[in-house]
Amino acid sequence: MSGRAAPAGAAPEGAPEQSGAAAEALSEGARQERRLGWLLCSPAVVVMLAVTAYPIGYAVYLSLQRYDLRFPSQAHFIGLSNYGAVLSSDFWWQAFEVTVVITAVSVAVELVLGMMLALVMHRTIFGRGVVRTAVLIPYGIVTVVAAFSWQYAWTPGIGYLASLLPEGSAPLTERWDAIGLIILAEVWKTTPFMALLLLAGLALVPEETLRASMVDGASAWQRFFFVTVPLMKPAILVALLFRTLDAFRVFDNIYVLTGGANGTESVSILGYDNLFTALNLGIGSAISVLIFICVGIIAFAFIKLFGAAAPGSEVRR
Amino acid sequence: MAEIQLEGITKRYPDGALAVKDVNLTIADGEFVILVGPSGCGKSTTLNMIAGLEDITEGTLRIGDQIVNDKAPKDRDIAMVFQSYALYPHMSVRDNMGFALRLAKIDKASIREKVEEAARILDLTEHLDRKPANLSGGQRQRVAMGRAIVRSPKAFLMDEPLSNLDAKLRVQMRTQISRLQQRLGTTTVYVTHDQTEAMTLGDRVVVMRGGLVQQVGTPQYLYEEPRNIFVAGFIGSPAMNFLSATLENGMLRTSLGDLVVDDRTRQQLERQNAPRSVIVGFRPEDFEDAALVEAGRGGHTFTTTVDVLESLGSDVYVHFAETGGPAATSELEELATESGLKDAGSMGHQVVARLNAATGAREGHPIELWLDVPRAHVFDPSTGVNLTHPDNAERD
Amino acid sequence: MAAAGKRYLARWTVINLIVVGYALFPVWWIAALSFKTPSTLTDGDFVPEQWTFENYRGIFRTSEFTRALINSIGIALISTVIAVVLGTMAAYAVARLRFPGKRLLIGMSLLIAMFPPISLVSPLFNIERILGLFDTWPGLIIPYMTFSLPLAIYTLSAFFREIPWDLEKAAKVDGASPAQAFRMVIAPLAAPGVFTTAILVFIFCWNDFLFAISLTSTTRARTVPAAIAFFTGSSQFQQPTGSIAAAAVVITIPIIAFVLLFQRHIVAGLTAGAVKG
Repeated sequence: MSGRAAPAGAAPEGAPEQSGAAAEALSEGARQERRLGWLLCSPAVVVMLAVTAYPIGYAVYLSLQRYDLRFPSQAHFIGLSNYGAVLSSDFWWQAFEVTVVITAVSVAVELVLGMMLALVMHRTIFGRGVVRTAVLIPYGIVTVVAAFSWQYAWTPGIGYLASLLPEGSAPLTERWDAIGLIILAEVWKTTPFMALLLLAGLALVPEETLRASMVDGASAWQRFFFVTVPLMKPAILVALLFRTLDAFRVFDNIYVLTGGANGTESVSILGYDNLFTALNLGIGSAISVLIFICVGIIAFAFIKLFGAAAPGSEVRR
Repeated sequence: MAEIQLEGITKRYPDGALAVKDVNLTIADGEFVILVGPSGCGKSTTLNMIAGLEDITEGTLRIGDQIVNDKAPKDRDIAMVFQSYALYPHMSVRDNMGFALRLAKIDKASIREKVEEAARILDLTEHLDRKPANLSGGQRQRVAMGRAIVRSPKAFLMDEPLSNLDAKLRVQMRTQISRLQQRLGTTTVYVTHDQTEAMTLGDRVVVMRGGLVQQVGTPQYLYEEPRNIFVAGFIGSPAMNFLSATLENGMLRTSLGDLVVDDRTRQQLERQNAPRSVIVGFRPEDFEDAALVEAGRGGHTFTTTVDVLESLGSDVYVHFAETGGPAATSELEELATESGLKDAGSMGHQVVARLNAATGAREGHPIELWLDVPRAHVFDPSTGVNLTHPDNAERD
Repeated sequence: MAAAGKRYLARWTVINLIVVGYALFPVWWIAALSFKTPSTLTDGDFVPEQWTFENYRGIFRTSEFTRALINSIGIALISTVIAVVLGTMAAYAVARLRFPGKRLLIGMSLLIAMFPPISLVSPLFNIERILGLFDTWPGLIIPYMTFSLPLAIYTLSAFFREIPWDLEKAAKVDGASPAQAFRMVIAPLAAPGVFTTAILVFIFCWNDFLFAISLTSTTRARTVPAAIAFFTGSSQFQQPTGSIAAAAVVITIPIIAFVLLFQRHIVAGLTAGAVKG
């Protein structure tokens, strides 16, 4: 599912002080409040645990089995050999390379482009509604639909864009060209989301602080880099975290644009293929677990980087 | 309209924290009573308990002749004005004001009539169909008032209703609230942290600190006869000056000189076994330019140097340094924290004197000041009790 | 001054046009494709020479697409309702109540928001086959509502925190019972937030592709994005381009409608939890 995951960043435990105090004032006692809290949260918690924690545990179990779906009765425990097979295969490392390149390049481009877009939306005086509405379309559109649009655009003999290229070129069949086009499709689709998160951060920069720096003699660029960017750093980090994790699981665009051919497989595509084309549940699960670990490492690195500003940490006002 | 009676009202939170302790207070029918004190003193908790928004841990609360401890707010027939106004943003001004009546299932025509009457009183008629978001701060405040008055409830409870207004509007609304209350004659309990509001609005003022009632009385009485050093320091602006003093041979030795105490005060201090070192308090108006005091009047004169001079036209405030060091008690510390004085970083201990405008005082120049010694309040530093308070005189 | 003003206006017009063009280009292109006749389909023109609705008639003629459309709508709606109900309960608790374990809940939903769905595909595939949920509506509804729960909890708790809870007290003093206070004061104020969250969750479920192709095998539960990927031409020799384009446009219509009608809400919802409030 390459759908846009939770955009939210800062912890929703915003006001333990005031709202908490108010709640305390209203409740018969803290115990009753506590029980109600648990009661209200429990369905969500049960669902989330049952549908994520249990299956990921099961995936670990499956990854330790030789388990070919064509011969389910022959399933048996083989320890870590699936991991050995995956990690010693060129396919995994190639897919890993593709995924990292796509993630790094698309997130970097999105940050720059998204910042520009955010500044446009922040500064434009007229047509603000139109711009914001237009920008939401890439966010909302079904990824597969956009991917088909790009695919047709770049397919020789159908596409408008392909006809702009030199005769005989078929970019989607050349490895790096295709990866470039995948990145383009990713960037197109998710830059608006990045821009909206950054826009929310921009709105937090007080106009007076910018005026003060203007009086202090800062140029437009200096104001941007020394005042605006540091003040919106939390918003930037949240946007980067969510987009990086999102980009790392890239699937839809590749599936439609190239199908993973010509060395354009991402790790998600690789996992999918092992499961549904090779029907190897053991190897597929091992890949699943490895991807999970990669995502965990990325998240951990970001949260280290965030420090106190990590989502989920105490909200600072 | 009704009398409100608090008997031994106590609030203890589940975590054991004591917010309000043993409050005994009878608010007469039609009376305007102010609960005042620094933040965390329990005044809002007390108000919320009267409203029924917080449970009463111990004690009895009567509104009219009914015990209402266990009644829900809706059954207490009281109206409340919140600091944030708490206007319903999705309802027009008219619907906001009529909401309580609608809940009480009053017919539409009389709701309309009552709302329009209230709107007329509060000058809101032309805004009746607007949403709160489109109103100014002062207008929102009036809508909040209007929501309370349309119901003709037994009592109004007001929780810092003016603290979100700017200074000028606050003064205006203060007068308006006072006039409105007199006109309607509804029992009112009003919470504020602003002693000026307390002094100007209430029939009686209840000063609270740390969950305890410190003193109850008319504004004038609290000002003239504070029961302890906290009330003395809290009520009045500029605040009372406190000096460390030593009681010796019927004299108060202070850095401003030895003050001779009159017989009555001396006897009172003796009766109370006053400690040797005490704190003595003087209001700014207890000082005067010695040149302007008619000769032969008792009191104490001393010479000092004017540090800062503030002319208010009618009066002149003179600030001068005092070498005795600040009198320190936990009460005074809390007052200083509350008023932000603690962070102001004043140079040395300053005393403020309020002099007649005819004074010749000039900044940086020496001046001879006269002090009306019989007006001194003498406090026990360990308990904070005002040893010169008349109640204490009668006690034994 | 006037000249400067005009230049300013012109500059912003150009910038805004670039942004709008950027956003709409691929959408227009696939829409253009969908209106082309088979003979002009491959002409690469940006505007169709001859307009036709034949592609749309084509996809609605067979049950393959209509069935997928029904699946998409049904599955997305049910998932949205469940996720919003469970999310509202949890978000109310997070925003409004004090209880131990709150941080754990927040941490857990954050973790799930970051979770790579592919990691769940293989175990879920196997579990659902064992439980008989594979290729059924619940088989998709369950992962969808789970993955949209964090989104719902974050967005809703951000909205809930904005409700001034003094209003609840005011309503009580005004004589409302707890139920009345909720119905007449809190619910109307919470409604826009719940509605916005529902739109975001719906878009999220509507969008999914990975679960849709992994956990379905027939038209029983296959949603439109997955169905499109499996489209074949009406004859062996025909590319399904026109049909895919038409189907793509059809499922883009609700998205565009949401965006046009609720632009403000969606922006507010997307950014609600993203910045400290």
